[in-house]
Order: sequence, then structure tokens, then C-alpha cells
Amino acid sequence: MKLSLWQRLDAIARSMFPVTATLLLILASMVPLRIPDLAPIIPSLSLIAVYYWTIHRPDLMPIWAVFAIGVTQDLLSGAMLGVGSIALLLVRHLVISQARFFTSASFVVIWSIFALVAVLAFFVMWLLTSLSTATLVEHRPATFQYLMTLAVYPGFTWLFVHGQRLFLR
Amino acid sequence: MNKRSGNVLGLATPLRAWAQRSAFIVFFALAIVLLILGRADTPAVERVRTAVNDAVAPILELATSPVATVSDAIVNARELMEVRATNEALRQENERLLQWRAAAQRLEDENRLLRDLNELTIEPRTRYITARVIGDQGGAFVRSVLVSAGTRDGVAKGQAALTGKGLAGRVAETGRRAARILLVTDMNSRVPVLVGQSRDRAVLAGDNSPMPELLYFSPGVQIRVGDRVVTSGHGGAFPSGLPIGVVTEVRENEVRVEPYVDWSHLEFLRLVDYELPRILTSAEDGLAKAGVQAKEAAEAKTPAADAGKAVMEPTR
Repeated sequence: MKLSLWQRLDAIARSMFPVTATLLLILASMVPLRIPDLAPIIPSLSLIAVYYWTIHRPDLMPIWAVFAIGVTQDLLSGAMLGVGSIALLLVRHLVISQARFFTSASFVVIWSIFALVAVLAFFVMWLLTSLSTATLVEHRPATFQYLMTLAVYPGFTWLFVHGQRLFLR
Repeated sequence: MNKRSGNVLGLATPLRAWAQRSAFIVFFALAIVLLILGRADTPAVERVRTAVNDAVAPILELATSPVATVSDAIVNARELMEVRATNEALRQENERLLQWRAAAQRLEDENRLLRDLNELTIEPRTRYITARVIGDQGGAFVRSVLVSAGTRDGVAKGQAALTGKGLAGRVAETGRRAARILLVTDMNSRVPVLVGQSRDRAVLAGDNSPMPELLYFSPGVQIRVGDRVVTSGHGGAFPSGLPIGVVTEVRENEVRVEPYVDWSHLEFLRLVDYELPRILTSAEDGLAKAGVQAKEAAEAKTPAADAGKAVMEPTR
């Protein structure tokens, strides 16, 4: 009885890994690194995380968690509230609607699709920010942030794959 | 039992699809509601923001120190290599600055004399709060940082945030132990400024690019590349005369300013607690008076009450 309780706690802790890892990455990306000009184009790690986990373990990246991750990120970064959630919810919805396609896709294909999905996500964020401030927001930082996100995607995928093997088996 | 679970299984796929779609719509709508609430500057949203910032501040502070150590070590190594050249340059600069200091002292004395002559006594009280930057500018759409000082340290909304070089931004939100500084480059930042030696009024407006723009100056005003831009103090939030940057680009309908602040080395910020003494003392006077009046009223009441009691007691 006692063992099964521990096992259950263990299973819960393990199943929380994707969301916890994502939140930790958001925090990590906020730490001032003092590298010139990196801060405005720091890659959007939440985008990578939500995309990866929605493809590989959608059950562990539920929609309310995606919403909460977006809200947390907006609150922490000082961005407009809701913008991050909308972008991440769209990403999740797109991936879920094509779930069957992803099961047989290779890494390069998934990465290429990420390039498209991320374009959409950044465009939505740019559009919402522009709309709500009634100005055309400078698009260059967003473009560079997008390229940075795309560039670090394989590295973080590698991290997630290992995390998945370690904690979720 | 079996039959029922079989039914549920049979229903599962369309049901799940429906549930998924409606969950998406619900959360999407919720996000849009948040967007509207956040845009309307709802106090509840701000309270949540500051609560979250307060909660993560200790974690970020912890994470910041090793990064600071490493980056300081790199800077130290680089400086060691350039120490001779730097030394020579500093010696020359020191000589030049000594001359400037003499000039500044002379001007200060003169200034004091002139102020005395004019009986100009609006020199405000200023107090500085030094805070470490613990949260970097988050991404492409905002230019703000988190610092590790909050209301418990005397930080208040609207205070100016300075580096050694010039104005970096202003306090936009304050929690108990953390505060968010909206940088002058953020698209929501508007700072009233004075430009050049003629001290023409204008507004420095950020647009998320590294070079904020000058707006709302009178059409006849001549603005040249190299003009200094300082805070004007209009609006009362900032002290006047804080250096911000220099004009680097003058084009038709567009004047750009390069801030003095080095954005990639925002390590500490000094927050200026700036109070116009006259406003404050008058407010304090008002409060004191009100307090006295209240006390008097209370005292006037108590004897009557006592008397009432005294009267009541014998009858009992």
C-alpha cells in the first residue's frame, strides 16, 4: 500500500516533467547573461518546449498547461498579457490537428515544420502587439528572435529527448 | 459495468475531439480576455504581475550571481590585457577632468550665489536606491528589466532608473522585493526632454529599437546631430537635467537619439527617489493639521462621554 502510494507520487512527479522543464527554461532565459545584444533576441524556449511536447507527449502538455505557460511567460517578461498564450495555444492546436502526420515524421521534417509554425507564432505575437499599441512594431528584433529560436531548436530537442528517456521512459 | 465502459469507449473519439475543440476555444477566449484586461491597465492584473515577479525574484537573484561572477572574470581578464593603454588614457582623462572639476566648482558657487539672489529654493531632496538587475529584457516585444528592490526598499512607481552614464528608464511596477523598469527604448516609454543648448522641449518616445525617437518638438526648432538630450522634469516624475543621450540622426520627420546607457551591461541601476520638498511638506502639514483636528475632536468628545457616564452611573 505504502509502496503504491510512493509509486503514484513518483509517477505524478515524472508526468510533470515537461511542464516543469518548460517553466524552468522560461526562468533560465530571463537571467541576465550580459552578452551584448542577446537579450532582445533571446530564443523563445517556451515555443520549442510546447511544440516538442505536444508532438511527443500531448497528454503531458495539456491545454491548460500551455495556457498557464503563456501567461507565466508574459507576466515574467513584462510583455502584454495574453499574447504569449494565444501564440502557444495556436501552436498546440496546429500540432494536435496534424498529430497523425507527426508520428511518422523524421527530425528534419519536424524541424522544418517548426520553422513554419514559429513564423506563424511570431507573426501573431507581432500582430497582436502592433494592434494593441496601434503602431507598427519594429519587426527586426522579432525576426532575429525567430531565427535564434530556430537555430537552438535541435539543441533543446536533444535535451528533451534525453529528459524524456530519463524521466518518462 | 462492462457494457457501460464499452459505450464510453465507443463514444470516446468524437467526444474527445469535441472536448478538445471546445477546450481550445475556451482557453483562446480566455487569453483574449486577458489581453483586453491587461491592455486596460486593470489593477488586478498589475497585482498578479507584481506577485509573480516577487515570487521569482529570489530564484533569479540566486541565478544571477554565478553569471555575474563568470562575466566579471571575463571582463577582468580582458582588462588585464589592456591595462597599460587604459592607464595612459585614464591619466589623460583625469587631467582633463580635473580642469572640468575646477570649472564645475566655480560654476556651482556662482550658481548658488545666483540662486540666493533669486531666492530660488526648489532644490529637491533626492535619495538613491541601488538595485541589481535580475531579469533581462524578455524577447522582441518588450524593453524592460526586473530589479531586486521593491517597496520595502522605498521603490515607488515613476522613479527614474539611472546607470552611471545616464537615464535607463523608469519604475513601471513595484512588488515588495522586485520592481520592473520600463526602459526608455520600450515602445510604451515617453519621457519629456530638453534638446541641445537651446533646451527645446520634446518627448523622447521609444519604439523597441535601440534608438528612441524625438517627437512633439516645435516645427521651427533646429535639432542637430550631436545635440545632448536631457530630462526636462516636466510632469514632475523625474529630476530635470538627467542625461539621456545624443541626437545621432536627423532626417525629415525623424530624429533619433542614441542613449548613453550600455544596454548589454545593465548590472546595477540607481533608482532616484525624488521629492519636491514643498509639495511634500505642505501635504505633511495638511495631514498633521487633520490629525490635530481629529485629536481635538476626540478629546472634546471624551469628556462629554465621561460626563454622560458620570450622569448615568448614579441612576444605576
